[in-house]
Amino acid sequence: MGNLLIIFKRELFSYFATPLAYIFIVIFLVVNGFLTFDFGGFYARGQADLSPFFAFHPFLYLFMVPAIAMTMWADERKTGTIELLLTLPINLRDAILGKYLAAWALIGIALLLTFPIWLTANYLGDPDNGIIFAAYVGSWFMAGAYLAIGACLSACTKNPVIAFILTVAICVIFVLLGYPFLLGMLTGWVPQIIIDAISSMGFLTHFDSISKGVFDVRDFLFFGVFIAAWLFASAVVIELKKAS
Amino acid sequence: MIEINNLTKNFDQFTAVDGLTFTVKEGEVLGFLGPNGAGKSTTMKLITGFLSASHGSVSIDGFDIRSSPIEAKSLMGYLPEGAPSYGDMTTLEFLNFVAEIRGYRGEEILMRVQHVLDEVELNSVSEQSIETLSKGFKRRVGLAQAIMHDPKVLILDEPTDGLDPNQKHHVRELIKNLARDKIVIISTHILEEVTAVCSRAIIIAEGRIVADDTPAALEARSKYHQAVSVRLSESYDLAADLTGLADVGGVEKDSEDDMVFRILANAGTSIFSQVSEIAHAKHWPVTEFHVSRGQLEDVFRVVTQQTQGAQ
Repeated sequence: MGNLLIIFKRELFSYFATPLAYIFIVIFLVVNGFLTFDFGGFYARGQADLSPFFAFHPFLYLFMVPAIAMTMWADERKTGTIELLLTLPINLRDAILGKYLAAWALIGIALLLTFPIWLTANYLGDPDNGIIFAAYVGSWFMAGAYLAIGACLSACTKNPVIAFILTVAICVIFVLLGYPFLLGMLTGWVPQIIIDAISSMGFLTHFDSISKGVFDVRDFLFFGVFIAAWLFASAVVIELKKAS
Repeated sequence: MIEINNLTKNFDQFTAVDGLTFTVKEGEVLGFLGPNGAGKSTTMKLITGFLSASHGSVSIDGFDIRSSPIEAKSLMGYLPEGAPSYGDMTTLEFLNFVAEIRGYRGEEILMRVQHVLDEVELNSVSEQSIETLSKGFKRRVGLAQAIMHDPKVLILDEPTDGLDPNQKHHVRELIKNLARDKIVIISTHILEEVTAVCSRAIIIAEGRIVADDTPAALEARSKYHQAVSVRLSESYDLAADLTGLADVGGVEKDSEDDMVFRILANAGTSIFSQVSEIAHAKHWPVTEFHVSRGQLEDVFRVVTQQTQGAQ
């Protein structure tokens, strides 16, 4: 546990040592504000909830999260620091979790800083803050799923740009899997059980129900298991690719 | 003590390290030599546990690098090739991080970090971010992190690469000072370094050990060991005067200078006094006259090229 925390601190610190963290947070807030108030018709809807805010998150994360994840391991391999890190007396598990949690914390900080939108909703009306809280947590978990994919693909290459593109591509697949339009195309000629299976792998399926206030532990569990699986895959990739 | 037994590493079809077996004891400074691509760095990576071996074992003070990696790694300090470090951190932040990972807490961190900053003379750049440092300073940051926990085993992959002569000298002095009760393994292709700091040298070629001896004994394998080097002021037939000496192996003209000759000694013999007597008696027109120690470079070339020839 000690080493995990030390690595977590170093990683989080290094995001803030460069302009990266600040740029990420500012862009995240600006784009979120624009999407919610302009695109999402926050005022025009006349409802005191944050649906327009959360509805864009799956698409916003599609580009923002891979940008954070892309350097996570690719840079370590490129600069050779991976050799330094993994010859220190630490577990690979601590290194992977420490780095992952630092990036996840950065996204969490950005998400928390959207609180003025929440304040606005509370000022204008009387939203269900329980739902909003659940949606925030759900959104953070979903971002964690994107990030876990990004962590694994970042371990596959020395080139962060390749990691970025691959991560976006794979995240798109997982977003689309739960998209009603895609599922509609399959209805009628594909057995329902397969459609359900595909849909249950999609991010939207789980995030939609969370953000609508349907609190189902299974939705959180999905993201949790998804993250664990991709982090385990990163461990395998790191072991395999160390030599090259 | 480091025990390395039948250490082998295959990459797909290619065998980078091929059945290395050797042990290193406390107080030894082992120079690990070999041509580029001979498997030096791969061996270092196997010993430090960065890569896992295809066959064979590495044990550090009884801890197997595979079954007890944390214990084994705690005993080692490692400077990887190129001295990588986190460029966006300052020297101080980076060393604090390493000290924390090495298990120091609170006051101890300050003391240890200050100690290594003094030891490798990094105080002047402690607040600078590492990516802005010169190559020499970066290398010293790498050394500082390697000696942070006063390790029993120090593994340095090309520690003086890219340093200027003063810095090289300083790093070598540092290694000599550290070496007293430790095991130091240095990989290098700078042969003078081996003569300067190592008590033992292993030469590898194509993943196998081709020589393992003290630097002095390796030098003695050179055909120029105990040879007498002579510079003449006018041409003179040296060979004719030397025919009577049984220990003289022959006379060679220098490839670059027509007036310089080397009188070779047969293995294990010393011919200096005999040759100098003859030179005196026959009034050789000499301007320079000295014994050569034998060059590690010749031995290195001979032993590493033999393996290539054999394949």
